Amino acid sequence: MTERISETLETALWEALQEVKDPEIPTVSVVELGMVHRVAAEGGRVTVEMLPTFVGCPALDILRRDVTARLAQVDGVEEVEVRFVLNPPWTSDRITPEGRRKLAEFGLAPPPAADGPAIPPECPYCGARDTAIENLFGPTACRAIFYCKACRQPFEGLKPV
Amino acid sequence: MKVEQAAQVLDRPMYKAALIDFLYQLADDELLLGHRDSEWLGLAPDIEEDVAFSSIAQDEVGHATLFYHLLSELGEGKADDLAFGRPAAVRRNARLVERPNGDWAYTIVRHLVYDVFEAVRLEALASSSYAPLAHGAVKIRREERYHLLHMETWFTRLGQAGGEARERVERAVAAVWADLGDLFSLGAHEALLVAEGILPITRNELARRWEARMKPLFEAAQLAWPGAPQPAMEDGRLGQHSADLDALLETMSEVYRIDPQARW
Repeated sequence: MTERISETLETALWEALQEVKDPEIPTVSVVELGMVHRVAAEGGRVTVEMLPTFVGCPALDILRRDVTARLAQVDGVEEVEVRFVLNPPWTSDRITPEGRRKLAEFGLAPPPAADGPAIPPECPYCGARDTAIENLFGPTACRAIFYCKACRQPFEGLKPV
Repeated sequence: MKVEQAAQVLDRPMYKAALIDFLYQLADDELLLGHRDSEWLGLAPDIEEDVAFSSIAQDEVGHATLFYHLLSELGEGKADDLAFGRPAAVRRNARLVERPNGDWAYTIVRHLVYDVFEAVRLEALASSSYAPLAHGAVKIRREERYHLLHMETWFTRLGQAGGEARERVERAVAAVWADLGDLFSLGAHEALLVAEGILPITRNELARRWEARMKPLFEAAQLAWPGAPQPAMEDGRLGQHSADLDALLETMSEVYRIDPQARW
């Protein structure tokens, strides 16, 4: 795969990717989640390497479809290939500051920076630190369920991995 | 020698055969345990456990999918066919993961024992000579920590609870220990697996590291250490399975057998 890609096309591709949202978190883009590893183009043929947040994530087919459809609209793009790769591994510290802000806005606590599964995050509603783990597992592989002792709300958060 | 991709092993038949056999061990272990986990859906002790075991099942099956995909790249066929179309005699999973779920205590003890084993195996695989496997192991390890933490919490809680909970855990430990021997088996290609660095540690070292992590957990749960696992008379890694596996495959592959072209 060649890395030769014009600056204009590269900018256009990243801007288009910024519009592709996580299928289950419609406020956050795949770029903000740190899921895009590399974008390359050769002629009109674009290859995007993406990092799955979890290996068994069932949303990968949807992401592939959404990324392909959006990039196909970019001027000069004839063909799009989306590849999921595991090297480097996706980790939760790839989420951008903007992504973290938008997660919290959506009501999902961004993962604590500390690299451990057992540390409850700040409450995304009231900002309190006095929170507890309800369940390490949630509605999707990447989420866990917590409880805020200050505002007495259960809330979800992204797991640190 | 580091192998970066599948194409590089095609002209190395010994390496390839050992790698394929070992990938089946990984894939079959994860798929069957993942299926057993999914059987708790709607039946777990509380709704949190329904959620937890659904999520864990999804992770395990996802990991199996990755290993079957690596097998596909080596020319073994489509992942769905590998998962659902192979009879018991060619399965390479340890016998422990084909057992029915039993009660909650058995489920927890079996999963804990397997998760600790898997943590040790993945840790070693992070430096596998087969790069696609090493990359997968690094990623999977980060997810598996949650399973392990969950099982540790349950194991300690049940052990410390005393009464019926403790009695059931003790029975579960006895049942799991009787099945442990072939978990550490590396099958027919052990020498080559280790020599080529596909799995860079021996079965004895795997077992030693596993034991070193299990003992403190027994201590925390206030349970007596049952001793080192005895070598197995029958070895799932060599295709020697119980009737439980036939029954499990029968259930698991029902949709596949009705329509092998089905997509899900």
